[in-house]
Amino acid sequence: MAPATLTTGTAVAVRLDHVHKSFGRPGHGGPAVPVLDDITLDVRQGEFVCLLGASGCGKSTLLNLVAGLDTPTSGSIEVPGGRPALMFQDHALFPWLTAGRNIELALRLRGVPRPERRAEAERLLDLVRLGGAYDKRVHELSGGMRQRVALARALAQDSRVLLMDEPFAALDAITRDVLHHELARIWAETQLSVLFVTHNVREAVRLGERVVLLSSRPGRVAREWTVGLPQPRRIEDPAVADLSVEITEELRGEIRRHGRN
Amino acid sequence: MAGTDTTGTSTGTELAGLEAGLDALETPLVRRTPWREVLWRKVLPPVTAVIVVLAVWKLLVLAHVTDDYKLPDPSAVWHSLRELWLNGTLFDIIWTSVSRGLLGFLAALAIGTPLGLLVARVPFVRAALGPVLSGLQSLPSVAWVPAAVIWLGITDAAMYAVILLGAVPSIANGLVSGIDQVPPLYLRAGRTLGATGVRGARYVLLPAALPGYVAGLKQGWAFSWRSLMAAELIASSPDLGLGLGQYLENARTDSDMPGVLLGIIMILFVGIAIDLAVFSPLERRVLRTRGLAAGR
Repeated sequence: MAPATLTTGTAVAVRLDHVHKSFGRPGHGGPAVPVLDDITLDVRQGEFVCLLGASGCGKSTLLNLVAGLDTPTSGSIEVPGGRPALMFQDHALFPWLTAGRNIELALRLRGVPRPERRAEAERLLDLVRLGGAYDKRVHELSGGMRQRVALARALAQDSRVLLMDEPFAALDAITRDVLHHELARIWAETQLSVLFVTHNVREAVRLGERVVLLSSRPGRVAREWTVGLPQPRRIEDPAVADLSVEITEELRGEIRRHGRN
Repeated sequence: MAGTDTTGTSTGTELAGLEAGLDALETPLVRRTPWREVLWRKVLPPVTAVIVVLAVWKLLVLAHVTDDYKLPDPSAVWHSLRELWLNGTLFDIIWTSVSRGLLGFLAALAIGTPLGLLVARVPFVRAALGPVLSGLQSLPSVAWVPAAVIWLGITDAAMYAVILLGAVPSIANGLVSGIDQVPPLYLRAGRTLGATGVRGARYVLLPAALPGYVAGLKQGWAFSWRSLMAAELIASSPDLGLGLGQYLENARTDSDMPGVLLGIIMILFVGIAIDLAVFSPLERRVLRTRGLAAGR
Protein backbone atom coordinates (compact mmCIF):
# COMPACT_ATOMS: atom_id res chain seq x y z
CA MET A 1 0.00 0.00 0.00
CA ALA A 2 1.20 3.51 -0.76
CA PRO A 3 2.31 5.64 2.18
CA ALA A 4 -0.67 7.41 3.70
CA THR A 5 -0.61 10.97 2.47
CA LEU A 6 -3.18 13.60 1.75
CA THR A 7 -3.48 15.18 -1.66
CA THR A 8 -1.79 18.27 -0.18
CA GLY A 9 1.32 16.18 0.39
CA THR A 10 1.41 16.52 4.16
CA ALA A 11 2.05 13.18 5.88
CA VAL A 12 -0.81 11.69 7.84
CA ALA A 13 -0.53 10.85 11.53
CA VAL A 14 -3.89 9.10 11.92
CA ARG A 15 -6.15 7.92 9.13
CA LEU A 16 -9.62 6.50 9.67
CA ASP A 17 -11.15 5.09 6.52
CA HIS A 18 -14.89 4.24 6.54
CA VAL A 19 -14.72 2.96 10.10
CA HIS A 20 -17.77 1.22 11.53
CA LYS A 21 -18.08 -0.09 15.05
CA SER A 22 -20.99 -2.01 16.54
CA PHE A 23 -21.32 -3.55 19.96
CA GLY A 24 -23.09 -6.80 20.71
CA ARG A 25 -22.58 -9.76 18.40
CA PRO A 26 -25.61 -10.93 16.42
CA GLY A 27 -27.08 -13.98 18.10
CA HIS A 28 -25.54 -13.06 21.44
CA GLY A 29 -27.98 -10.82 23.24
CA GLY A 30 -29.97 -9.07 20.53
CA PRO A 31 -29.03 -7.09 17.46
CA ALA A 32 -25.69 -5.31 17.19
CA VAL A 33 -25.86 -1.65 18.20
CA PRO A 34 -23.98 0.63 15.82
CA VAL A 35 -21.82 3.14 17.72
CA LEU A 36 -19.69 4.58 14.93
CA ASP A 37 -20.95 4.81 11.37
CA ASP A 38 -18.70 5.40 8.40
CA ILE A 39 -16.12 7.63 10.05
CA THR A 40 -13.53 8.93 7.64
CA LEU A 41 -11.06 11.29 9.20
CA ASP A 42 -7.40 12.25 8.79
CA VAL A 43 -5.14 13.91 11.31
CA ARG A 44 -2.11 15.42 9.58
CA GLN A 45 1.29 15.26 11.22
CA GLY A 46 1.63 18.04 13.76
CA GLU A 47 -2.07 18.86 13.58
CA PHE A 48 -4.34 19.48 16.57
CA VAL A 49 -7.82 18.10 15.90
CA CYS A 50 -10.68 18.36 18.37
CA LEU A 51 -13.49 15.83 18.22
CA LEU A 52 -16.68 17.32 19.53
CA GLY A 53 -19.99 15.66 20.25
CA ALA A 54 -22.83 15.14 22.70
CA SER A 55 -23.26 11.99 24.78
CA GLY A 56 -23.56 8.84 22.75
CA CYS A 57 -21.48 10.01 19.81
CA GLY A 58 -18.90 7.27 20.45
CA LYS A 59 -16.00 9.65 21.13
CA SER A 60 -14.34 7.33 23.62
CA THR A 61 -14.95 4.29 21.42
CA LEU A 62 -13.23 6.11 18.58
CA LEU A 63 -10.17 6.87 20.72
CA ASN A 64 -10.02 3.26 21.92
CA LEU A 65 -9.97 2.14 18.30
CA VAL A 66 -7.17 4.53 17.38
CA ALA A 67 -5.25 3.53 20.53
CA GLY A 68 -5.49 -0.11 19.47
CA LEU A 69 -7.43 -1.11 22.60
CA ASP A 70 -10.30 -2.28 20.41
CA THR A 71 -10.80 -3.24 16.76
CA PRO A 72 -13.31 -1.75 14.28
CA THR A 73 -16.18 -3.86 12.96
CA SER A 74 -15.24 -2.75 9.46
CA GLY A 75 -13.08 -0.11 7.81
CA SER A 76 -9.43 0.55 8.52
CA ILE A 77 -7.38 2.63 10.92
CA GLU A 78 -3.80 3.57 10.19
CA VAL A 79 -1.40 5.11 12.65
CA PRO A 80 1.89 5.18 10.71
CA GLY A 81 3.90 6.47 13.70
CA GLY A 82 3.22 3.39 15.85
CA ARG A 83 1.20 3.02 19.05
CA PRO A 84 -0.27 6.37 20.10
CA ALA A 85 -0.11 7.73 23.63
CA LEU A 86 -3.43 8.05 25.43
CA MET A 87 -4.49 10.39 28.21
CA PHE A 88 -7.71 9.81 30.15
CA GLN A 89 -10.21 12.04 31.94
CA ASP A 90 -9.06 10.38 35.14
CA HIS A 91 -5.28 10.77 35.46
CA ALA A 92 -4.82 6.95 35.68
CA LEU A 93 -1.44 7.42 37.38
CA PHE A 94 -0.33 4.40 39.41
CA PRO A 95 -0.69 5.25 43.10
CA TRP A 96 2.03 2.83 44.20
CA LEU A 97 4.66 4.83 42.32
CA THR A 98 5.88 8.41 42.78
CA ALA A 99 5.23 10.98 40.05
CA GLY A 100 8.75 10.47 38.69
CA ARG A 101 8.51 6.68 38.83
CA ASN A 102 5.24 6.73 36.90
CA ILE A 103 7.08 8.45 34.08
CA GLU A 104 10.05 6.10 34.40
CA LEU A 105 7.76 3.10 34.06
CA ALA A 106 6.56 4.43 30.71
CA LEU A 107 10.21 4.92 29.68
CA ARG A 108 11.12 1.42 30.84
CA LEU A 109 8.24 -0.16 28.93
CA ARG A 110 9.42 1.75 25.87
CA GLY A 111 12.89 0.23 26.32
CA VAL A 112 14.88 3.25 27.52
CA PRO A 113 17.99 1.93 29.37
CA ARG A 114 18.01 2.46 33.14
CA PRO A 115 20.81 5.08 33.39
CA GLU A 116 18.94 7.46 31.09
CA ARG A 117 15.51 7.13 32.66
CA ARG A 118 15.92 9.39 35.67
CA ALA A 119 17.23 12.35 33.66
CA GLU A 120 14.55 11.91 31.01
CA ALA A 121 11.80 11.76 33.65
CA GLU A 122 13.15 14.97 35.23
CA ARG A 123 13.20 16.65 31.82
CA LEU A 124 9.58 15.71 31.16
CA LEU A 125 8.52 16.95 34.61
CA ASP A 126 10.28 20.22 33.86
CA LEU A 127 8.39 20.41 30.59
CA VAL A 128 5.06 20.32 32.44
CA ARG A 129 6.51 22.74 35.04
CA LEU A 130 6.62 20.22 37.85
CA GLY A 131 10.38 20.23 38.34
CA GLY A 132 10.29 19.49 42.08
CA ALA A 133 7.59 16.85 42.04
CA TYR A 134 9.70 13.75 41.22
CA ASP A 135 9.32 12.18 44.66
CA LYS A 136 5.71 13.22 45.21
CA ARG A 137 3.09 10.53 45.61
CA VAL A 138 -0.01 10.78 43.44
CA HIS A 139 -2.26 11.55 46.42
CA GLU A 140 0.01 14.43 47.37
CA LEU A 141 -0.70 16.23 44.09
CA SER A 142 -3.65 18.44 43.16
CA GLY A 143 -5.97 17.50 40.29
CA GLY A 144 -4.22 19.84 37.86
CA MET A 145 -0.78 18.57 38.86
CA ARG A 146 -1.92 14.97 38.40
CA GLN A 147 -3.09 15.71 34.86
CA ARG A 148 0.26 17.36 34.10
CA VAL A 149 2.13 14.29 35.38
CA ALA A 150 -0.23 12.15 33.27
CA LEU A 151 0.65 14.35 30.28
CA ALA A 152 4.36 13.93 31.02
CA ARG A 153 3.85 10.15 31.24
CA ALA A 154 2.03 10.16 27.90
CA LEU A 155 4.88 12.19 26.38
CA ALA A 156 7.35 9.66 27.82
CA GLN A 157 6.01 7.11 25.36
CA ASP A 158 7.70 9.21 22.68
CA SER A 159 4.78 8.59 20.40
CA ARG A 160 4.15 10.97 17.52
CA VAL A 161 0.42 10.90 18.21
CA LEU A 162 -1.27 11.93 21.44
CA LEU A 163 -4.89 10.94 22.03
CA MET A 164 -6.73 12.81 24.77
CA ASP A 165 -10.07 11.68 26.16
CA GLU A 166 -11.67 14.73 27.86
CA PRO A 167 -8.51 15.15 29.94
CA PHE A 168 -9.55 18.42 31.59
CA ALA A 169 -13.26 17.76 32.09
CA ALA A 170 -12.95 17.15 35.83
CA LEU A 171 -10.87 20.26 36.58
CA ASP A 172 -12.03 23.65 37.82
CA ALA A 173 -12.17 26.52 35.32
CA ILE A 174 -8.96 28.31 36.36
CA THR A 175 -6.89 25.13 36.39
CA ARG A 176 -8.38 24.06 33.07
CA ASP A 177 -7.49 27.43 31.55
CA VAL A 178 -3.89 27.09 32.73
CA LEU A 179 -3.67 23.58 31.34
CA HIS A 180 -5.02 24.79 27.98
CA HIS A 181 -2.08 27.20 27.82
CA GLU A 182 0.35 24.47 28.81
CA LEU A 183 -0.98 22.00 26.30
CA ALA A 184 -0.88 24.59 23.49
CA ARG A 185 2.72 25.45 24.43
CA ILE A 186 3.83 21.82 24.63
CA TRP A 187 2.08 20.99 21.36
CA ALA A 188 3.96 23.85 19.68
CA GLU A 189 7.28 22.70 21.20
CA THR A 190 6.93 19.00 20.44
CA GLN A 191 5.03 19.20 17.13
CA LEU A 192 2.91 16.27 18.18
CA SER A 193 -0.25 15.29 16.36
CA VAL A 194 -3.13 15.54 18.81
CA LEU A 195 -6.61 14.05 18.64
CA PHE A 196 -8.50 15.69 21.48
CA VAL A 197 -11.99 14.53 22.45
CA THR A 198 -14.25 16.92 24.34
CA HIS A 199 -17.88 17.95 24.77
CA ASN A 200 -16.83 21.51 25.55
CA VAL A 201 -17.19 23.69 22.43
CA ARG A 202 -15.08 26.57 23.76
CA GLU A 203 -12.32 24.19 24.72
CA ALA A 204 -12.36 22.70 21.22
CA VAL A 205 -12.12 26.14 19.58
CA ARG A 206 -9.53 27.33 22.11
CA LEU A 207 -7.20 24.41 21.33
CA GLY A 208 -7.88 22.93 17.93
CA GLU A 209 -6.76 23.80 14.44
CA ARG A 210 -9.69 21.81 13.25
CA VAL A 211 -12.94 20.99 15.05
CA VAL A 212 -14.87 17.91 13.95
CA LEU A 213 -18.47 17.62 15.08
CA LEU A 214 -19.84 14.10 15.51
CA SER A 215 -23.54 13.29 15.48
CA SER A 216 -24.90 10.91 18.11
CA ARG A 217 -26.25 7.36 17.92
CA PRO A 218 -24.53 6.34 15.78
CA GLY A 219 -21.52 8.64 15.64
CA ARG A 220 -20.98 10.16 12.20
CA VAL A 221 -18.92 13.11 11.08
CA ALA A 222 -21.59 15.83 10.94
CA ARG A 223 -19.49 18.82 10.03
CA GLU A 224 -16.03 20.24 10.50
CA TRP A 225 -14.52 23.70 10.91
CA THR A 226 -11.01 24.97 10.40
CA VAL A 227 -10.08 27.33 13.20
CA GLY A 228 -7.98 29.96 11.48
CA LEU A 229 -7.02 31.80 14.68
CA PRO A 230 -3.37 32.24 15.70
CA GLN A 231 -2.00 30.72 18.92
CA PRO A 232 -1.66 31.66 21.75
CA ARG A 233 -5.42 32.09 21.95
CA ARG A 234 -7.47 32.82 25.01
CA ILE A 235 -10.79 31.24 25.78
CA GLU A 236 -12.20 34.78 26.22
CA ASP A 237 -11.14 35.96 22.74
CA PRO A 238 -14.12 37.36 20.78
CA ALA A 239 -13.16 35.32 17.72
CA VAL A 240 -13.14 32.13 19.81
CA ALA A 241 -16.54 33.11 21.19
CA ASP A 242 -18.02 33.80 17.74
CA LEU A 243 -16.97 30.47 16.30
CA SER A 244 -18.12 28.72 19.49
CA VAL A 245 -21.59 30.20 19.09
CA GLU A 246 -21.78 28.89 15.54
CA ILE A 247 -20.59 25.41 16.47
CA THR A 248 -22.85 25.27 19.53
CA GLU A 249 -25.85 25.99 17.28
CA GLU A 250 -24.93 23.00 15.12
CA LEU A 251 -24.34 20.80 18.16
CA ARG A 252 -27.74 21.79 19.59
CA GLY A 253 -29.34 20.98 16.24
CA GLU A 254 -27.76 17.51 16.37
CA ILE A 255 -29.06 16.97 19.89
CA ARG A 256 -32.58 18.24 19.02
CA ARG A 257 -32.88 15.68 16.24
CA HIS A 258 -32.93 12.95 18.89
CA GLY A 259 -35.80 14.57 20.79
CA ARG A 260 -38.05 14.35 17.74
CA ASN A 261 -37.81 10.58 17.34
CA MET B 1 -9.04 43.88 29.14
CA ALA B 2 -5.38 44.07 30.15
CA GLY B 3 -4.46 40.54 29.08
CA THR B 4 -5.27 40.91 25.39
CA ASP B 5 -2.22 42.99 24.39
CA THR B 6 0.44 41.15 26.41
CA THR B 7 3.21 39.51 24.40
CA GLY B 8 3.73 35.75 24.31
CA THR B 9 6.66 35.71 26.73
CA SER B 10 5.05 37.85 29.40
CA THR B 11 1.93 35.67 29.21
CA GLY B 12 4.30 32.77 29.70
CA THR B 13 5.86 34.05 32.92
CA GLU B 14 2.51 35.29 34.18
CA LEU B 15 1.15 31.83 33.55
CA ALA B 16 4.03 30.09 35.30
CA GLY B 17 3.37 32.26 38.35
CA LEU B 18 -0.35 31.49 38.23
CA GLU B 19 0.40 27.81 37.94
CA ALA B 20 2.84 27.84 40.86
CA GLY B 21 0.19 29.60 42.94
CA LEU B 22 -2.47 27.05 42.02
CA ASP B 23 -0.10 24.18 42.81
CA ALA B 24 0.73 25.66 46.20
CA LEU B 25 -2.92 26.34 47.04
CA GLU B 26 -4.21 22.97 45.98
CA THR B 27 -1.50 20.68 47.28
CA PRO B 28 -2.85 18.82 50.29
CA LEU B 29 -0.93 19.73 53.45
CA VAL B 30 0.81 16.80 55.08
CA ARG B 31 1.24 17.11 58.82
CA ARG B 32 3.47 14.86 60.89
CA THR B 33 1.98 13.89 64.22
CA PRO B 34 4.24 14.96 67.14
CA TRP B 35 5.43 12.08 69.39
CA ARG B 36 3.57 13.51 72.37
CA GLU B 37 0.30 13.13 70.50
CA VAL B 38 1.25 9.60 69.40
CA LEU B 39 1.85 8.73 73.06
CA TRP B 40 -1.45 10.27 74.09
CA ARG B 41 -3.63 8.80 71.33
CA LYS B 42 -1.99 5.47 70.56
CA VAL B 43 -0.18 4.23 73.67
CA LEU B 44 -2.28 5.52 76.53
CA PRO B 45 -5.66 3.90 75.60
CA PRO B 46 -4.42 0.27 75.41
CA VAL B 47 -2.32 0.69 78.56
CA THR B 48 -5.41 2.02 80.34
CA ALA B 49 -7.43 -0.96 79.10
CA VAL B 50 -4.85 -3.42 80.49
CA ILE B 51 -4.80 -1.63 83.85
CA VAL B 52 -8.61 -1.68 84.04
CA VAL B 53 -8.72 -5.43 83.29
CA LEU B 54 -6.10 -6.13 85.97
CA ALA B 55 -7.95 -3.95 88.48
CA VAL B 56 -11.30 -5.70 87.84
CA TRP B 57 -9.58 -9.08 88.10
CA LYS B 58 -7.97 -8.10 91.42
CA LEU B 59 -11.30 -6.79 92.73
CA LEU B 60 -13.07 -10.03 91.82
CA VAL B 61 -10.38 -12.00 93.68
CA LEU B 62 -10.68 -9.72 96.73
CA ALA B 63 -14.47 -10.11 96.65
CA HIS B 64 -14.07 -13.93 96.71
CA VAL B 65 -16.57 -14.37 93.86
CA THR B 66 -15.25 -17.91 93.32
CA ASP B 67 -12.66 -20.37 94.59
CA ASP B 68 -8.97 -19.55 94.38
CA TYR B 69 -8.20 -22.53 92.14
CA LYS B 70 -10.66 -21.18 89.57
CA LEU B 71 -9.66 -17.54 89.72
CA PRO B 72 -6.16 -17.10 91.11
CA ASP B 73 -4.69 -13.76 92.13
CA PRO B 74 -2.94 -11.87 89.29
CA SER B 75 0.26 -12.14 91.34
CA ALA B 76 0.07 -15.98 91.10
CA VAL B 77 0.17 -15.68 87.31
CA TRP B 78 3.06 -13.28 87.62
CA HIS B 79 4.85 -15.88 89.81
CA SER B 80 4.37 -18.58 87.16
CA LEU B 81 5.86 -16.23 84.58
CA ARG B 82 8.81 -15.43 86.88
CA GLU B 83 9.38 -19.13 87.44
CA LEU B 84 9.51 -19.81 83.71
CA TRP B 85 11.91 -16.90 83.30
CA LEU B 86 14.14 -18.04 86.17
CA ASN B 87 14.45 -21.65 85.06
CA GLY B 88 15.22 -20.38 81.56
CA THR B 89 12.39 -22.11 79.68
CA LEU B 90 10.25 -19.04 78.88
CA PHE B 91 11.87 -18.20 75.57
CA ASP B 92 12.28 -21.85 74.59
CA ILE B 93 8.53 -22.36 74.94
CA ILE B 94 7.68 -19.22 72.99
CA TRP B 95 10.29 -19.88 70.31
CA THR B 96 9.14 -23.48 69.76
CA SER B 97 5.66 -22.20 68.87
CA VAL B 98 6.71 -19.02 67.05
CA SER B 99 9.25 -20.83 64.85
CA ARG B 100 6.62 -23.44 63.93
CA GLY B 101 4.06 -20.73 63.27
CA LEU B 102 6.36 -18.63 61.08
CA LEU B 103 7.73 -21.59 59.16
CA GLY B 104 4.19 -22.84 58.56
CA PHE B 105 3.13 -19.36 57.50
CA LEU B 106 6.00 -19.11 55.01
CA ALA B 107 5.03 -22.46 53.52
CA ALA B 108 1.41 -21.27 53.32
CA LEU B 109 2.67 -18.13 51.56
CA ALA B 110 4.61 -20.20 49.03
CA ILE B 111 1.55 -22.32 48.25
CA GLY B 112 -1.21 -19.71 48.63
CA THR B 113 0.32 -17.10 46.33
CA PRO B 114 0.55 -19.14 43.10
CA LEU B 115 -2.79 -20.76 43.96
CA GLY B 116 -4.40 -17.32 44.34
CA LEU B 117 -2.91 -16.20 41.02
CA LEU B 118 -4.29 -19.26 39.25
CA VAL B 119 -7.76 -18.83 40.76
CA ALA B 120 -7.81 -15.13 39.89
CA ARG B 121 -6.60 -15.45 36.31
CA VAL B 122 -7.81 -18.83 35.01
CA PRO B 123 -11.62 -18.97 34.77
CA PHE B 124 -11.71 -22.78 34.87
CA VAL B 125 -9.63 -22.95 38.05
CA ARG B 126 -11.74 -20.18 39.53
CA ALA B 127 -15.00 -22.00 38.88
CA ALA B 128 -13.50 -25.21 40.26
CA LEU B 129 -11.64 -23.98 43.33
CA GLY B 130 -13.06 -20.53 44.14
CA PRO B 131 -16.07 -21.74 46.18
CA VAL B 132 -13.93 -24.41 47.90
CA LEU B 133 -11.37 -21.81 48.98
CA SER B 134 -14.08 -19.51 50.39
CA GLY B 135 -15.72 -22.46 52.14
CA LEU B 136 -12.44 -23.63 53.68
CA GLN B 137 -12.03 -20.19 55.20
CA SER B 138 -15.09 -20.71 57.35
CA LEU B 139 -14.08 -24.23 58.37
CA PRO B 140 -12.26 -24.02 61.73
CA SER B 141 -8.87 -25.63 61.18
CA VAL B 142 -9.21 -27.52 64.49
CA ALA B 143 -11.46 -29.80 62.49
CA TRP B 144 -8.39 -30.97 60.56
CA VAL B 145 -6.43 -32.00 63.67
CA PRO B 146 -7.89 -35.53 64.03
CA ALA B 147 -7.33 -36.24 60.34
CA ALA B 148 -3.80 -34.85 60.43
CA VAL B 149 -2.96 -36.97 63.49
CA ILE B 150 -4.26 -40.16 61.86
CA TRP B 151 -2.40 -39.44 58.61
CA LEU B 152 0.85 -38.12 60.00
CA GLY B 153 0.89 -39.17 63.66
CA ILE B 154 1.62 -36.78 66.51
CA THR B 155 4.50 -35.14 64.65
CA ASP B 156 5.65 -31.71 63.51
CA ALA B 157 4.34 -32.65 60.06
CA ALA B 158 0.80 -32.86 61.46
CA MET B 159 1.19 -29.37 62.96
CA TYR B 160 2.35 -27.92 59.64
CA ALA B 161 -0.47 -29.66 57.78
CA VAL B 162 -3.01 -28.01 60.07
CA ILE B 163 -1.36 -24.60 59.68
CA LEU B 164 -1.38 -24.91 55.89
CA LEU B 165 -5.03 -25.93 55.76
CA GLY B 166 -5.86 -22.90 57.90
CA ALA B 167 -3.68 -20.26 56.25
CA VAL B 168 -3.49 -21.15 52.54
CA PRO B 169 -7.16 -20.30 51.80
CA SER B 170 -6.82 -16.90 53.50
CA ILE B 171 -3.71 -15.96 51.57
CA ALA B 172 -5.09 -17.21 48.24
CA ASN B 173 -8.43 -15.48 48.79
CA GLY B 174 -6.69 -12.23 49.74
CA LEU B 175 -4.77 -12.26 46.47
CA VAL B 176 -7.92 -13.11 44.47
CA SER B 177 -9.91 -10.24 45.97
CA GLY B 178 -6.91 -7.93 45.58
CA ILE B 179 -6.75 -8.74 41.86
CA ASP B 180 -10.53 -8.50 41.44
CA GLN B 181 -10.52 -5.01 42.92
CA VAL B 182 -7.86 -3.57 40.59
CA PRO B 183 -9.57 -0.66 38.78
CA PRO B 184 -9.89 -1.50 35.06
CA LEU B 185 -8.54 1.97 34.26
CA TYR B 186 -5.08 0.94 35.57
CA LEU B 187 -5.07 -2.08 33.26
CA ARG B 188 -6.14 0.09 30.33
CA ALA B 189 -3.49 2.68 31.13
CA GLY B 190 -0.94 -0.11 31.46
CA ARG B 191 -1.87 -1.51 28.07
CA THR B 192 -1.49 1.85 26.33
CA LEU B 193 1.97 2.16 27.93
CA GLY B 194 2.87 -1.25 26.52
CA ALA B 195 2.48 -3.35 29.67
CA THR B 196 0.81 -6.47 28.31
CA GLY B 197 1.10 -10.14 29.27
CA VAL B 198 3.80 -10.89 31.84
CA ARG B 199 4.93 -7.26 31.92
CA GLY B 200 1.36 -6.20 32.60
CA ALA B 201 1.18 -8.59 35.55
CA ARG B 202 4.53 -7.50 36.93
CA TYR B 203 4.28 -3.74 36.55
CA VAL B 204 0.53 -3.13 36.85
CA LEU B 205 -1.65 -6.02 38.04
CA LEU B 206 0.40 -7.29 40.97
CA PRO B 207 1.39 -3.90 42.43
CA ALA B 208 -2.22 -2.78 42.09
CA ALA B 209 -3.42 -5.92 43.90
CA LEU B 210 -0.95 -5.51 46.78
CA PRO B 211 -3.36 -3.99 49.37
CA GLY B 212 -5.74 -6.97 49.12
CA TYR B 213 -2.80 -9.39 49.17
CA VAL B 214 -1.36 -7.84 52.33
CA ALA B 215 -4.78 -7.98 54.02
CA GLY B 216 -4.82 -11.69 53.11
CA LEU B 217 -1.33 -12.17 54.61
CA LYS B 218 -2.43 -10.53 57.83
CA GLN B 219 -5.43 -12.79 58.10
CA GLY B 220 -3.29 -15.74 57.02
CA TRP B 221 -0.97 -15.15 59.95
CA ALA B 222 -3.90 -15.00 62.40
CA PHE B 223 -5.19 -18.29 60.98
CA SER B 224 -1.72 -19.89 61.12
CA TRP B 225 -1.32 -18.99 64.75
CA ARG B 226 -4.81 -20.13 65.73
CA SER B 227 -4.47 -23.42 63.86
CA LEU B 228 -1.09 -24.10 65.43
CA MET B 229 -2.37 -23.50 68.96
CA ALA B 230 -5.32 -25.82 68.35
CA ALA B 231 -2.96 -28.48 67.01
CA GLU B 232 -0.51 -28.12 69.90
CA LEU B 233 -3.32 -28.32 72.46
CA ILE B 234 -4.87 -31.47 71.03
CA ALA B 235 -1.86 -33.29 69.64
CA SER B 236 0.56 -32.72 72.48
CA SER B 237 3.33 -35.23 73.07
CA PRO B 238 6.60 -35.01 75.02
CA ASP B 239 8.56 -35.86 71.84
CA LEU B 240 7.49 -32.66 70.14
CA GLY B 241 9.20 -30.16 72.41
CA LEU B 242 7.30 -27.82 74.69
CA GLY B 243 5.36 -25.11 72.84
CA LEU B 244 2.75 -22.70 74.15
CA GLY B 245 -0.14 -25.06 73.37
CA GLN B 246 1.52 -27.95 75.18
CA TYR B 247 2.38 -25.69 78.11
CA LEU B 248 -1.31 -24.76 78.38
CA GLU B 249 -2.40 -28.41 78.12
CA ASN B 250 0.16 -29.48 80.75
CA ALA B 251 -1.09 -26.77 83.11
CA ARG B 252 -4.65 -28.05 82.64
CA THR B 253 -3.72 -31.65 83.50
CA ASP B 254 -1.90 -30.36 86.60
CA SER B 255 -4.97 -28.24 87.53
CA ASP B 256 -2.54 -25.29 87.58
CA MET B 257 -4.90 -22.36 86.95
CA PRO B 258 -2.19 -19.65 87.10
CA GLY B 259 -0.31 -21.66 84.46
CA VAL B 260 -3.47 -21.93 82.30
CA LEU B 261 -4.05 -18.18 82.47
CA LEU B 262 -0.37 -17.51 81.76
CA GLY B 263 -0.58 -19.83 78.73
CA ILE B 264 -3.62 -17.98 77.37
CA ILE B 265 -2.00 -14.59 77.98
CA MET B 266 1.24 -15.63 76.27
CA ILE B 267 -0.62 -16.98 73.20
CA LEU B 268 -2.59 -13.76 72.94
CA PHE B 269 0.54 -11.67 73.48
CA VAL B 270 2.61 -13.45 70.83
CA GLY B 271 -0.22 -13.23 68.27
CA ILE B 272 -0.59 -9.50 68.88
CA ALA B 273 3.17 -8.90 68.98
CA ILE B 274 3.82 -10.55 65.61
CA ASP B 275 0.92 -8.66 64.07
CA LEU B 276 2.18 -5.35 65.47
CA ALA B 277 5.80 -6.04 64.57
CA VAL B 278 5.33 -7.40 61.04
CA PHE B 279 1.90 -7.25 59.45
CA SER B 280 0.43 -3.98 60.68
CA PRO B 281 3.50 -1.92 59.67
CA LEU B 282 3.54 -3.69 56.28
CA GLU B 283 -0.14 -2.96 55.72
CA ARG B 284 0.21 0.65 56.88
CA ARG B 285 3.15 1.19 54.57
CA VAL B 286 1.33 -0.22 51.56
CA LEU B 287 -1.79 1.84 52.25
CA ARG B 288 0.05 5.03 53.13
CA THR B 289 2.15 5.14 49.95
CA ARG B 290 -1.13 4.93 48.03
CA GLY B 291 -2.77 7.65 50.11
CA LEU B 292 -5.35 5.14 51.34
CA ALA B 293 -4.59 5.23 55.07
CA ALA B 294 -5.97 8.11 57.06
CA GLY B 295 -3.15 9.57 59.17
CA ARG B 296 -4.86 8.57 62.38
